[in-house]
Amino acid sequence: MTIAANPGAMEFGRPAAADDPFLVVENLTVQFPTHDGLVQAVTDLSYTVRSGQTLGIVGESGSGKSVSSMAVLGLHNPRSTRLAGSIRVGGTEVIGADAHTLRGLRGNEVAMIFQDPLTALHPFYSVGKQIGEAARMHNDISKAEARRRAIEMLDRVGIPQAKNRVDDFPHQFSGGMRQRAMIAMALVNNPQLLIADEPTTALDVTVQAQILDLLQDLQKEYGSAIVMITHDLGVIAEVADDVLVMYGGRAVETGSTKTILTLPEMPYTWGLLSSVPDISGDTSARLIPIPGTPPSLLNPPTGCAFHPRCRHVDKVPGDLCRSALPELGPTSQEGHLKRCHLINPDEIYLKEVLPEAAPELLDPETGELIPELREQIDEIQGEKP
Amino acid sequence: MTDMSIERPNVAVAGGETLLEVRNLTKYFPVHSAGVIRRVVGQVQAVDGVSFAVPRGGSLGLVGESGCGKSTTGRVITRLYDPTAGEMIFEGQDMAKLSKRQMLPLRKEVQMIFQDPYSSLNPRHTVGTIIGIPLRVHNVVPENKVLDRVRELLEVVGLNPEHYNRYPNEFSGGQRQRIGIARALALQPKLLVADEPVSALDVSIQAQVVNLLQDVQREFNIAFLFIAHDLSVVRHFCPEVAVMYLGKIVEIADRDALYNHAAHPYTQALLSAVPDVKQAAIGGRRERIRLTGDVPSPVDPPSGCRFRTRCSLAQDICARHEPPLMQIGPRHKVACHFAGDIGHHPAHPVTAPLYAEDDGRQPNEEGARLAEVSSEVGFGDRWLDLTTGAVVSGGRKVAGGGTGSGEDLSPRP
Repeated sequence: MTIAANPGAMEFGRPAAADDPFLVVENLTVQFPTHDGLVQAVTDLSYTVRSGQTLGIVGESGSGKSVSSMAVLGLHNPRSTRLAGSIRVGGTEVIGADAHTLRGLRGNEVAMIFQDPLTALHPFYSVGKQIGEAARMHNDISKAEARRRAIEMLDRVGIPQAKNRVDDFPHQFSGGMRQRAMIAMALVNNPQLLIADEPTTALDVTVQAQILDLLQDLQKEYGSAIVMITHDLGVIAEVADDVLVMYGGRAVETGSTKTILTLPEMPYTWGLLSSVPDISGDTSARLIPIPGTPPSLLNPPTGCAFHPRCRHVDKVPGDLCRSALPELGPTSQEGHLKRCHLINPDEIYLKEVLPEAAPELLDPETGELIPELREQIDEIQGEKP
Repeated sequence: MTDMSIERPNVAVAGGETLLEVRNLTKYFPVHSAGVIRRVVGQVQAVDGVSFAVPRGGSLGLVGESGCGKSTTGRVITRLYDPTAGEMIFEGQDMAKLSKRQMLPLRKEVQMIFQDPYSSLNPRHTVGTIIGIPLRVHNVVPENKVLDRVRELLEVVGLNPEHYNRYPNEFSGGQRQRIGIARALALQPKLLVADEPVSALDVSIQAQVVNLLQDVQREFNIAFLFIAHDLSVVRHFCPEVAVMYLGKIVEIADRDALYNHAAHPYTQALLSAVPDVKQAAIGGRRERIRLTGDVPSPVDPPSGCRFRTRCSLAQDICARHEPPLMQIGPRHKVACHFAGDIGHHPAHPVTAPLYAEDDGRQPNEEGARLAEVSSEVGFGDRWLDLTTGAVVSGGRKVAGGGTGSGEDLSPRP
């Protein structure tokens, strides 16, 4: 009986525990019909986030990372979007939910921090009013109480003299302060799930560091789940517990942050890691870009969407990369999944990719891995099922 | 000492002669009052006395937070803005003093790549027209040869030469940035001002464009003023880097000195804020220096050192005196009263001898020597050695500094 009433919990790979994930996304597919054809923005995406945990979603523009998170808030226009699959936020199904249910969810249990605070804040209303509006929407409180809450939140996110700044308009704030005001607005109802869509991309490194610290502090305090969408692996390295790498609308690799950064198994992740110059790397070496451009979502490539840009296609027998879409399958470590046909990715990564991308992680004479990295890899590989 | 004498000629060869020398460049924007009369009520001190040199075929990086004046500096150098004061000597000519008409031939030599490839290309022009405009304006090739040259340029930047009659909207962000680069290369400039050329691009595409820029630099011997806020990209591209804060250069040094031995607390904070993926891969994480607050307003900057309001080292002297840009290594200058390696900042200002009269003493020899190492544009062969507190020349002590402890430069009662 219980099983029949709750089939979702069975489909989801892990046994249902007391701390069920707060956000469950299952087989999510988002498509936009257009004049040119069907844009397959997200295909068959599944992930979960527990309370108090941070999931980082990485991918380039057009990989579907923002589209999938907007679906969590039910922000797609149902008339121009085809949605399939299931999204459950704290047990509530979002897909197909009516406007009333969604309104109760948005800004209350689930909140979103947008990339560009200048366009996300209303230029016509004072910052305090906009934060207070979110509070009044979901709670039966007076205007004065809402204002008091707005001041409290502004103070909490580190705006100096919040009492005086609460009546300022967005244009009177600096970029970092605007982003803080957005965070204050998102947090005013103490949401259990926070979706941050490139929250620091428009900011300077120093302000980025402040904002990431702030998010982590707030997470510790309130125990919220965070979905952090970014294209910057550095940000992932700083804040995320788990990582989901997206490419062409699908998940291509997922696992714990440590595993993904130390021993990635999907060539696209390798490419992402090696195309960023390092603050301490060798400067005479050329950067290793991922050749080509991101795939079209109107006519996605056959087989693996990454094969036109992949350097390792030849290593897979039988032209499998061009003809068959790989499954998101298990790797040698538990909890680490990859969508790739390569049979011995660890070997290729350590023998071919790493020496090119990060020669400083190898001993210059023997060509062996430096002890620190060896230790990390042994630790990860020790977690074999 | 021997190391130095071997290294210095190398630097000269690598850096070559100076192509552009900027001295005390200043750009103020007037702030007008509201109303009909619109009196000038203040000045935004966007760039305030910046000096640096770009070698022929070399590259200088300009980094800093938004609002520090790095983009304004780039736009003044291309004369998109007229400088308020200062000199910009390009191959012996002071570009700051030229009229618009006199400037025209020089515009061929100094070109610019813009940050946003979506707004820097006219959506109603074909790529061929966009790249051809500089060729036609400056009449460098006859009209019937323009198309051939455009095709050549498209090929140089890695685009299909037959795409010259397409419109910008048919290209992706990375490809558009390549079009912008082709347009900048059309006149075979000697200096390219690249204002955040990759920050609007996806990570996987950034590397392609950075590699392309390095290729064209090598192939055509173009000097770059590379403006960016991404410290890792700048480190990769530029052998020499200047850090700006609120309109001033606070530290300028070659790559190794800046990234490994930053002496200014602001540079140190910037570097510590950069997330490091490879460190994370081997399980390490650097301690981060938290900078609090925001950059102060450039309309009314703090007195003395402009960074003092956010600096953990700030003392009284920082409010009284603006620190001079002192040379502290063969190719390393810093503007800080308490310059030193991270965690080893001196307890007493290293610049104290300069302000001897503050304590009622006569200006002395030490002060004069310090003033000497802080006066030149570019790098001299004398500098203040921070560990010994002596002024040295090519690794050799010139005079002063006493027994070689940093304390010697502190004011004596």
